[in-house]
Amino acid sequence: MAWAGKILRVNLTAGTVKSEPLNMEWARSYIGSRGLGTKYFVEEVDAKVDPLSVDNKLIWSTGPLTGTMASTGGRYTVITKGPLTGAIACSNSGGYWGAEFKMAGWDMVIMEGKSAKPVYLYVNDDVAELRDASHIWGKSVWETENILKTSLQDPLTRVSSIGKAGENGVLFAAVVNDMHRAAGRSGVGAVMGSKNLKAIAVRGTKGVGNLHNPKAFMAAVNEKKKILAENGVTGTGLPAMGTQVLMSVINEVGALPTRNHRDNQFEGAKDIGAEAMATPRKTDGKKHLVTNQACFGCTIACGRISKMDENHFTIVNKPQYRGANGGLEYEAAWSLGAANGVNDLEALQYANLLCNEEGIDPISFGATVGAVMELYDMGVLTKEQVGIEAKFGSAQALAFLAEETVNGRGFGKEIGQGSKRLTAKYGHPELSMSSKGQEFPAYDGRAIQGIGLAYATSNRGGCHLRGYTIASEVLGIPVKTDPLEHEGKPELVKAFQDATAAFDSSGLCIFTTFAWGLADLAPQMQGACGDQYTTEELEKIGERIWNMEREFNNRAGFTAKDDSLPKRLLTEACKTGPAKGKVNMLADMLPKYYAARGWDKEGKPTADTRKRLGL
Amino acid sequence: MQKMLHINADKCTGCLQCEMACAFENYGTFATAKSRIKVFNFHETGKKVPYTCTQCDEAWCLHACPVEAITVDKATGAKVVNEATCVGCKVCTIACPFGTINYVETTGKVQKCDLCGGDPACATACPTSAITYVDANWTGIGKMEQWANKLGNQPAAA
Repeated sequence: MAWAGKILRVNLTAGTVKSEPLNMEWARSYIGSRGLGTKYFVEEVDAKVDPLSVDNKLIWSTGPLTGTMASTGGRYTVITKGPLTGAIACSNSGGYWGAEFKMAGWDMVIMEGKSAKPVYLYVNDDVAELRDASHIWGKSVWETENILKTSLQDPLTRVSSIGKAGENGVLFAAVVNDMHRAAGRSGVGAVMGSKNLKAIAVRGTKGVGNLHNPKAFMAAVNEKKKILAENGVTGTGLPAMGTQVLMSVINEVGALPTRNHRDNQFEGAKDIGAEAMATPRKTDGKKHLVTNQACFGCTIACGRISKMDENHFTIVNKPQYRGANGGLEYEAAWSLGAANGVNDLEALQYANLLCNEEGIDPISFGATVGAVMELYDMGVLTKEQVGIEAKFGSAQALAFLAEETVNGRGFGKEIGQGSKRLTAKYGHPELSMSSKGQEFPAYDGRAIQGIGLAYATSNRGGCHLRGYTIASEVLGIPVKTDPLEHEGKPELVKAFQDATAAFDSSGLCIFTTFAWGLADLAPQMQGACGDQYTTEELEKIGERIWNMEREFNNRAGFTAKDDSLPKRLLTEACKTGPAKGKVNMLADMLPKYYAARGWDKEGKPTADTRKRLGL
Repeated sequence: MQKMLHINADKCTGCLQCEMACAFENYGTFATAKSRIKVFNFHETGKKVPYTCTQCDEAWCLHACPVEAITVDKATGAKVVNEATCVGCKVCTIACPFGTINYVETTGKVQKCDLCGGDPACATACPTSAITYVDANWTGIGKMEQWANKLGNQPAAA
């Protein structure tokens, strides 16, 4: 049935580790990973809980297809109540850790309470125990991985950990595995730090078996891998150029938020995108990009591995940043670059490496720096306060503020609170480019109407990964819709959100959906888990998961007025390009979205909707 | 014609489909820990390198085995472990200069690549052709073609 059928329950306060059978009824209704982990979470945790208190829980959850040969089947999700947002937090990561954990024979681990002293969880198949982490507390993610692999004398160990940022309570701290893959958003790393939990080190040798119908599963897997290989995006574009292929595309449609969304096109886009990474540098004649890299089981391989210019000002006398390393992906290149008006590719990669090394979300970090630069530009913040001249476009300021933030020093402590709290403190809450307190990613909600609605209604705050309507509105997948048109977008956003929830819960990567729909996921799920997982059933499960997350947020105190966008996106029109003159038409779309969802005017699922979805 | 696994590390993305295919073929489970081919990820250079048995003609493992549990598959040339005969003494793992024959705790025997009887699952699963199963006499043909193209397939000098 592809599930391992067992979960680990760790009580950090008591120092106990227990094995429990997986709740198969919930597994059938919520699949795994995002859906199933969230089901456990909402059943066990009071929605009003303070995210950084001892009563919050933190769940690492794999899907039934995690650790199988289904392409991209290596993913896991970290679920908690997010300290950045106060909403459900659910951050997904690739790399190898998720598959290793599943192969050890576990579907998920639930962390409860708070340890009196720093600890890490060691898992080696059936052996699972809390161990002292005093030797790795205060260390970076990279040091932690190396120290654990060396001290355990097992180089095949996989590690999911926090760096200093998670320990220091940076509200957008990430959980990082395999050096540079991250459950990046909403501050899941800060919750881990608040529990004095440093890492989970895993070695799994049992494997994933027990499939419902192995022959049918392998036939479906092979057929669907072929679709990925033959698709222009997943077979050619992403392996060759990575997500960075988007930089020029999004800039051309006038949807590249620039200088904290003051502008919607960036004159330096060509300096920080895929082409720039693949062109030999003027300084040393070498290319930034070294190669691509797959996560576990992935036949797309969009990951970027790059080498910095050794003479760049950011890494003089810092040999640890000279080797091949992860980045830049599109979102980070945008948030560290265009969002601040910085076009120095090497500086962006340096900041990106610091994000990976100490575990912070580059999107929220970069976007918060963008807000700081706008406040500086307005004269609200001074050089004395920030510690450097924080002008838009300053690579020096970006590098300095990245160092300050990951190390918890000076003004970096304020940046570590995210843009919502920082801009409010200085009297300009309208300058936080966020929804529910989480910063927007790399698409302008004015130039692409549907993504604006997706940001406003995302259950984890501003995010592109809950409903990536860019696929339709810009790339024409599965059908092209006009990004400037808001009619029809409420239904489009709902369809993307529901399908994404199903994919996220299977253990596969959402990037497969550039080539696949739920009809392609269904036969793989059926082969692995059972015949009931038809396309229609997956669609319904996705919608059920979405509503479950929504109801948690409603109980946490969110209301319809939190399904909002900053004033800038609603009233300050795009200045240039195809979207010139456009604002986001949220007020028109939101009631239609509620209607499409079967929610009342307060944004609450109606009794009929709850009944239809089995909630 | 004898065929062999040919590995082009430059094409490897590190996805481990080969390791899963190997384990699934031999154990019916997706367990990279049970794979007979391993992919090494060299972080400092960004290189990913698959490595497995090259099926030596004068195989150290075969000659070292005290109970003659390792024999040659005449159809493929693979050196194959006969589990019924193997006593788990591990002498072959010491004899092999390349480390590609290893002890398996759960069976008490050793395991190594046996070319899946002539249809290696790893090569079939590899999405980038980093692992191919080709004519053992002509593993260099790809590189030869590249150089022939570079040196000879150009417009003639005026």
